[in-house]
Amino acid sequence: MDLDDLNTIAEKERAFHKKTVIRCCTAAGCMSSHADAVKAGLEKAVRDTGLGDRVEVRGVGCMRLCCQGPLVGVEPGGILYEKVTPEDAPSLVASTEGAPTKVARGNPDHPFFRKQMSIVLANSGEIDPERIESYIEAEGYRGLNTVLLEMAPKDAVDCVIKSGLRGRGGAGYPTGLKWATVAKTPAAQKYVVCNADEGDPGAFMDRSVLESDPHSVLEGMAIAGYAVGASQGFIYVRAEYPLAIKRLQTAIRQAKQIGLLGSGIFESPFNFNIDIRIGAGAYVCGEETALMASIEGKRGTPRPRPPFPAESGLWGCPTLINNVETLANIPPIIRKGADWYAAIGTGKSKGTKVFALAGKIANTGLIEVPMGTPLRQIVEEMGGGAPDGAKIKAVQTGGPSGGCIPAHELDTPVDYESLTRLGSIMGSGGMIVMDESTRMPEVARYFMEFCMDESCGKCVPCRAGTVQMHRLLDKIVQREATAGDLSTLEELCDMVRNTSLCGLGQNAPNPVVSTLRFFRDEYLELLRKEPNGEPAVTAGAAPAQNKEAS
Amino acid sequence: MAAKTLTIDGKEVSAQEGATILDAASDAGIKIPTLCHLEGVYDIGSCRLCLVEVTGVAKLLPSCTTHVSEGMDVHTDSERLRKYRRMTLELLFAERNHVCSVCVSNNNCELQALAWQHGMDHVRYDYCFPKWGMDATHPLFGMDHNRCILCTRCVRVCWHIEGAGTKNVAGRGAKSTIIDDLHQPWGESDTCTSCGKCVIACPTGALFSRGSTVGEMVRDRSTLEFIVNAREKKQWIV
Repeated sequence: MDLDDLNTIAEKERAFHKKTVIRCCTAAGCMSSHADAVKAGLEKAVRDTGLGDRVEVRGVGCMRLCCQGPLVGVEPGGILYEKVTPEDAPSLVASTEGAPTKVARGNPDHPFFRKQMSIVLANSGEIDPERIESYIEAEGYRGLNTVLLEMAPKDAVDCVIKSGLRGRGGAGYPTGLKWATVAKTPAAQKYVVCNADEGDPGAFMDRSVLESDPHSVLEGMAIAGYAVGASQGFIYVRAEYPLAIKRLQTAIRQAKQIGLLGSGIFESPFNFNIDIRIGAGAYVCGEETALMASIEGKRGTPRPRPPFPAESGLWGCPTLINNVETLANIPPIIRKGADWYAAIGTGKSKGTKVFALAGKIANTGLIEVPMGTPLRQIVEEMGGGAPDGAKIKAVQTGGPSGGCIPAHELDTPVDYESLTRLGSIMGSGGMIVMDESTRMPEVARYFMEFCMDESCGKCVPCRAGTVQMHRLLDKIVQREATAGDLSTLEELCDMVRNTSLCGLGQNAPNPVVSTLRFFRDEYLELLRKEPNGEPAVTAGAAPAQNKEAS
Repeated sequence: MAAKTLTIDGKEVSAQEGATILDAASDAGIKIPTLCHLEGVYDIGSCRLCLVEVTGVAKLLPSCTTHVSEGMDVHTDSERLRKYRRMTLELLFAERNHVCSVCVSNNNCELQALAWQHGMDHVRYDYCFPKWGMDATHPLFGMDHNRCILCTRCVRVCWHIEGAGTKNVAGRGAKSTIIDDLHQPWGESDTCTSCGKCVIACPTGALFSRGSTVGEMVRDRSTLEFIVNAREKKQWIV
């Protein structure tokens, strides 16, 4: 396998294309509304009408506007059909020959599509995720070729450092720096791990990338492997993503078949293999040390850092752990150069970020925007605001570790620093929009319940503290809490944040703290009142010695 | 191995490279409260009682797993740390059913002693009163899950000193529980050697010798120390 072979595959693939291409979304969102039947219907209609030499039906990855699925796109013409049913198929196929069709059409010029900037999702919705040829046609594996044949490992690391890429898993640690640390740690065996244990409620960016463009992640991992000196990669993907697992397995098999994974890739001395490890449903396994324990076959619990995985990771070897989206950014960075990437985004946050829009918003789906895009543009312009003319109250970012950003802060640019300043985090990219009907203490209780259920149980503050915080929040929501309970809650938030062992516990109080910061009135309103209207200080039913009035 | 000099609570202390802050402090006679730490087995930093402040580090660090470094300035007993420690203890007491007056370990309990040392005269949180059972199927020992604080000392001695691998943790969060083999009654375990190391290791009254009643469960840790010293340092001191 060499560059010429790649070009031959791409040319063959191009020659195979027909005049008209019908793209049918086959990512999990549309699949759940029977996109597979739509695709089968389209294929049958093409066969029945004998248009096979002019029309091609292609199963593609996520086409972004998930709420209107199944989505079907027709080229040329840039037509987008929404909520397509299998029964619509014959009419859709006939329309490619000029016949009128009644299938609902979407607006591809809507800001939802127009304001997007696709780097990670460039191939999503365009290529067939189940065929490596389709990825190779879209410049696939050219980055790996360049790195292996033209760059020293150090150059690859420098390129990533220069690009300014930061980890997309949540914490935003500079990716190049992480690579450099692993590269500089001497060891006979090193590992590259792709963290695909996306577990935040409302987040589905990584799933979409894996389902829509699995090869970009594989290529990113192979480049990382070369840069840090690793020959083995693991993708840790949660079992709740069966389609992503299936497509990854297909992708790995295909890449091995034509020699893009395995021994002597591109006739260089570089060997790289990738295996899949499937998570068993624990949220905490997205934490890197717990993830590694799980890959090793142990109970998935975090351990104190240092040592960091870059020094001592899987089986004690230096290990590079990157998130799916981070790795999917690598091939374009190598292909187009660090300067190109560094020119996108803001001063400290470079490139683009994929967000999963969910909640009370008209356009639910996947968006990719440059860093620094104002939240208002994402939510109101692209997302179309809250449905039925309701007013947006807050946007929750960062899942259970994040916070709620109130409507009056919507002009905040989305970058790591700005969100942290508001007491939230970038997180992995889940963005849950809430309208005026949402009650913030209930939101806080929901996220606390999530953290309580997902705490691994290893350290006391997280295991027992989340239970008590959840009890107090429940008491507040039930209007049974006193002002003393509220201060006990705040004290616990401080303690759990500062004493927990891993990120799950340290960030578990965030939804409470951020809603208390911006929506304190809602909490105060729910407190039990004395007959004179003052907030109750002492508890009613429970024995008084169990409470401490503040 | 190079020696490191550091300051703990204003006292200049020297320690070997690779030693933990906890080692260095105890050598210098400074007592840092611990619960999951047990001499002879590796540390996991889970009880969070031994957290200390290190000047220049924003986060609190567990002294049992943090190695000393040159010039480190450690504070083990600030008001903030005392507050957090007391809260941690209160959380533990509220979590399961710790009733000292009927406990086999009364007056010989590390949890009780720590609570007393930290002036924990009452618990501010609602008691959870979970319904945990008791395993009395083993001919020599018993396990009362109501008194378990999930420090996993028993698991670690079982795997790393005895090498039997009987004890383990199942479940998640507050529903975590210590199990034997594949979550079967202790008495039916194929792997348990009845060595009793888990009972020696337990800081509370969760693991006990059968036949002991209130306040009778006194643990002699010298056996564990003897084995570990003999194995690791080749010191056969009785």
